[in-house]
Order: sequence, then C-alpha cells, then structure tokens
Amino acid sequence: MREITLSQAVNEALVEEMRRDPTTFIIGEDVAEAGTPFKVLSGLVEEFGTSRVIDTPISEPGFVGIGVGAALTGARPIVDLMFGDFIYLVMDQLCNQAAKQHYMSGGKLSVPMVLRTNLGATRRSGAQHSQSLQALVAHIPGIKVALPSSAYEAKGLMKTAIRDNNPVVIIEDKLMYQDKAPVPEEEYLIPFGEANIKREGSDITLVATSSMVQVAEAAASILEKEGISAEVIDPRTIVPLDEKTLIESVKKTSRAIVIDEGHQNYGITGEIASRLNEKAFYYLDAPVLRMGAMDVPVPFSPVLEDLTVPTPEGVAENARRLCAGEMIHAA
Amino acid sequence: MTSKTKTRTRAKTASGPSKEEALRMYTQMVRIRTFEDNANQLYLSGKMQGLTHMYSGEEAVAVGICEALTDSDRITSTHRGHGHCVAKGANYKEMFCELLGKQEGYCRGKGGSMHIADQNHGNLGANAIVGGSMGIATGSALRAKLLGQDDVTVCFFGDGATAQGLLYEVMNMAALWKLPVIFACENNGYSEYTKTEEIAAGSITARAEAFGIEAFQVDGQDVLGVNELSKKLVARCRDGDGPFFLELLTYRYHGHHVGDINREYYRSKKEEADWKENRDPIIRFRAWLVEQGIAEESEIDALNAQIKQDAKEAVAYAEAAAYPGVEEVDMHVYAETDPATLRAGK
Repeated sequence: MREITLSQAVNEALVEEMRRDPTTFIIGEDVAEAGTPFKVLSGLVEEFGTSRVIDTPISEPGFVGIGVGAALTGARPIVDLMFGDFIYLVMDQLCNQAAKQHYMSGGKLSVPMVLRTNLGATRRSGAQHSQSLQALVAHIPGIKVALPSSAYEAKGLMKTAIRDNNPVVIIEDKLMYQDKAPVPEEEYLIPFGEANIKREGSDITLVATSSMVQVAEAAASILEKEGISAEVIDPRTIVPLDEKTLIESVKKTSRAIVIDEGHQNYGITGEIASRLNEKAFYYLDAPVLRMGAMDVPVPFSPVLEDLTVPTPEGVAENARRLCAGEMIHAA
Repeated sequence: MTSKTKTRTRAKTASGPSKEEALRMYTQMVRIRTFEDNANQLYLSGKMQGLTHMYSGEEAVAVGICEALTDSDRITSTHRGHGHCVAKGANYKEMFCELLGKQEGYCRGKGGSMHIADQNHGNLGANAIVGGSMGIATGSALRAKLLGQDDVTVCFFGDGATAQGLLYEVMNMAALWKLPVIFACENNGYSEYTKTEEIAAGSITARAEAFGIEAFQVDGQDVLGVNELSKKLVARCRDGDGPFFLELLTYRYHGHHVGDINREYYRSKKEEADWKENRDPIIRFRAWLVEQGIAEESEIDALNAQIKQDAKEAVAYAEAAAYPGVEEVDMHVYAETDPATLRAGK
C-alpha cells in the first residue's frame, strides 16, 4: 500500500469531501494561499476558490460563530483553528452555542460543523502553542471529539467528521504532520465510536490516544523483550467512546494504563480509568493508572519540556511495576 | 451621533402601508404586548418558573423589522426574545407551552423562555448569552451568499451587547465580505441594571461606521418608520449591498427580568411613565390608524379583545398540557446521522 503523510491524508479527505458536497467550505486564518502554517491545506484554494476556502481576520470567536450560523442554516463548514490552544478563545461559540443548539431546540436545529485543530508539546513552542486540550471539549455534551493517531486515522476520521450532523472537534498531533503511514487509494471512512486494537497482548492494556499511541506502541516493544505482553488500544474518538472494546481488553489482561497528552488532572486519562474501574473492577489485579502530561504550563526549555510528556520508557516502567504487583502512582 | 449617521424620521409624504399591512402590524404589536402581559402574570402567580425578560415597550422594533422579512429570511434573537418570536410568525400555543416547559412547546420544553427557536419561520433561536448570536447571524448570511440563496438575516441585540467584542469581529467580516445581514441594535437605554451611557463610550452607530457599514439611528417607537427603512435595507441586502446597522431607540417597560421590580435605584418611575404615556408604539399607531381612517376605534377594541381571548385560551391550553416524558432527558443531545451517508462511495 502507498504511504502518505498525515498532512497529505487530511488534505485528501478535505478535497474528496469538498468535491462530494458543495455545501462544505473551509474557514479560518491563513487557510487559502498560505494553506495554514503547517501547509496542510496546500492546493485547496486553487481547486475550490476563495469563496470555499475563506481566509479570515484573526478573530477566532467571530469565525467559529460564523461557522455555527452557516451550519445551522444548511452549510457544512470546516472551521480551521490554527492552534489547539486557541480553543479557550472560542469556548462560548463552541460550548454554549454549537454544542447546545440541537438539544435546546428539542431536536429541530443541528450544527454539522467540523472544528479542526491540533495538539502536542515538544515542539519548543512555549506554554500557549503546545497544549492538548481535548478534555475541555470532551466534557461538554453535544460535541464529538476525534483524535487521529496516524495518517490512516486522520483521513478516515475527517471524512466521517464532515458527514456527521453534529459539531465535531478533530484534533491532529502537529508533530505528526510529516509522519507517513499506509493509506489506501480507494475511499474509506472510519466510524466514530470504534476503537482500534493496534497490538494484541495478554498481560496489560495500554489505552492511548493521538500522539500517545506511538508512545504506547514503543513501550509495548520494550516490554515484549522482557516477556510482558502489552495490548495497545487507540479509542480514535473519545466522544463517543468505545467502552466495550476497552473493557473487554481489561477483563482479559487485568491491568491497564491510560495515556493521553492532555494534563493529567481532571483529564481524559482520569475519565477512561474511572470507567474501567467501574465496569471491570472485579477483573482487575492492579489499580488502573493514568499517564497524562504533567500538570504544569508547558515550559520552553527543551530539557524541561521533554519531562512533561509521557515517554515509552516511562510507560514501560509503570507497566513493569504494575505487572510485578507493586501498588504505585504514575510518575 | 456622527455627521455621517443618517437619522430617520418618517417623511409625511411617504407612501404608507396598505390597510391590510397596517392592521397586521398593529395586530402583531398587540399580540406581543398581550403575550408579555400573560407571561408576566404566569411568573408573578408562581405558575412559571425560571427567568424571563419582557419585550413590552419595544414592539415597534420587532414588528417593523420582521414585517419587512419573509419566512425564508432568518433572525437571531436575544434573552428578551418573545417579541421577535411573535413578530416572526410564532403562535401563542407553542410559545406558552415552551414557557411552561411542556412537551408541545417549540423546543419540547427543553429551551424555555430564553431559547425559543422556530425554524419554520426563520427564527434561529433566542440566545441567553448577551451578544452570543452575532456570529450565528453573520454565518447565516455567509451561507446565503456561498450557496447563492437570496435570504437576509437580521441579528437582534441590545445596547448592552455592543460591549461584547464578538460584535466587532463579525461586523468586520460582514463588511469585508458584503454579507446580507442587518445588525439591529435595540437601544432601550439600559444594560441590565445600568444606564447605557455608563457602559457605552462614544456613539453606537459610529461603531458600525468604522467598518464602512451604513448605519441608521431610528425612532424605535414608530413602527411605520422602522418598517419603511427595513424594507429598503432588506431589498438592498438582497441586491448584495449589505451589511447594514440600525440603532433603534426604544424603551423596556419592565425591569431587566420579571423579578426586577424595585428598580428606582437605576431609573425613575417618572421616566417610565413618560415613555408609557407619551411614546408608546401601540397607542401611537392606533391613533394613526384612526386618523388615517384605516380602522374605527370599535374595530380596534374588538381586535384587542380577540387577541386577549386567544392568549387566555393558549395559556389555559399550556397549563393543562403534558410535560415531556422522563425519557426525553437524554434525547437530542446528538443529532442522528443517516448511516448510509457514512459509507464509502456515497
């Protein structure tokens, strides 16, 4: 199978969906000729023109609100938020407006809008361009949240996001834009709420999202050499969450670590760990561990920044201790 | 007001509305006032729970503008939204049901007073975040332009909302992209419990003019003047000449919300009485109808009585109507997506 980068995969998904549906359009900062700072959208304005690839002023609440209004009245906007950190700027439009329209109207109105943005530290971008804020949006009923972990997921999840009738926040790992993965030539979509078992194992389950899937897979390789068999599962969407696949895995392995690049406090890892505790308690041989980013603003200095994100070695060490029966806390 | 702002007072020679149009405008204004009188009673008598904000006194704004629109034109509304809702064509029964949280309400009782949406008449919904719908209205206008549709969107908001940054972001984009949206600022003189002059520096219309948006300051108690200007601006929006900004000078008869009863610390009873006695939009328009020979006093009395009766019946209906079943509580969190559309090759 051919291999393409995550950036190319997103671009292909957008091109295919924009050709398919004339009500789709892209709106955001520097999306047209610039193709975004990450160049993910290169070539789109040439094909679809500036009426469907719309550059905005630097007005995040304004253009997200415009996306909500367009979606409410029959279009399918793909709103581009240049950095995930800017989610704070658009919280009212996303959480008070987009998320609640369907429910508040008793099911009459809907907001088929995609908000595409990114996450990920270790790019030396400082505290305001490095955050992984999926927990903030996953907390709000009415929003779906997809976290692609490779080029394959990025394309298939994006196509589903655009066709879904709800607000969908899709958060790409900005460090993976140039990472290649096998992506079929023929069209495919990845359904929401279906986890992917990336690697089968029997001793411990590593539930990992987005950027942390690679980390979990690397940890599993380390553990394999020591005779510990780790199962790696990527939920792919955290809302909706495929609880069934996660719980079945934990019932089999009796141990789990949940890894996500968002802050650990009150985060995605805590939510998933809690569900595993509630629904697989009698099958567990050890507490379910959380491994998120450290609860500090992301520091600039490379030596400090690298300490804040879970690593394969850290995951392997925690897995080793869990399998040895030590009651530990995640580092 | 800057020199560029156009102040509109109705020209005496302007060709007036037809008899039918005039009576409809009168009827719609009385329907709003009567709706609010009943809603206020429901609250004061403890039959209605929660928060509600009366539109009484501002009827000429909603009616003057909405009578210039068709059902395919969209509006966004505010926490003080019952007037926009009635003016855009909503019926009493479903509105009162919504106010009382009943299943037959416009939103199955899930929205309440501050969230009534009526998409069959182009009402995209009231919004309980001050200024929260400005992006939505502008996005609706962008959609019209993008898809080649000729509808116009009116964004209603109050003077208080001019303090929200979102207004400036979306006016900028609306002006850059020449969108068919009319920003209608209902200046009722008070930002919740504070005089507008204490929260708004400079001129309100100048805010829009800074973006090159044509802005008008209008007597919001004159339904004919509001309607005449609205018709022109709606037509110009359809011709690609938008956006526009209206500042409509009006007055809210009640407090910020129904529970805001002792309010002399921020405005006097004398001031309230002056607006009610000397500038009431319904009294003024009624006098005009009689003066023009469009309707007799007795016909108008009969019309008022019929509207009161309609409201009484709708309230009784809503009081007796069923609440939503408990199974509704987690319905409509997410919209359904047809699984067939999620397959490759579709």
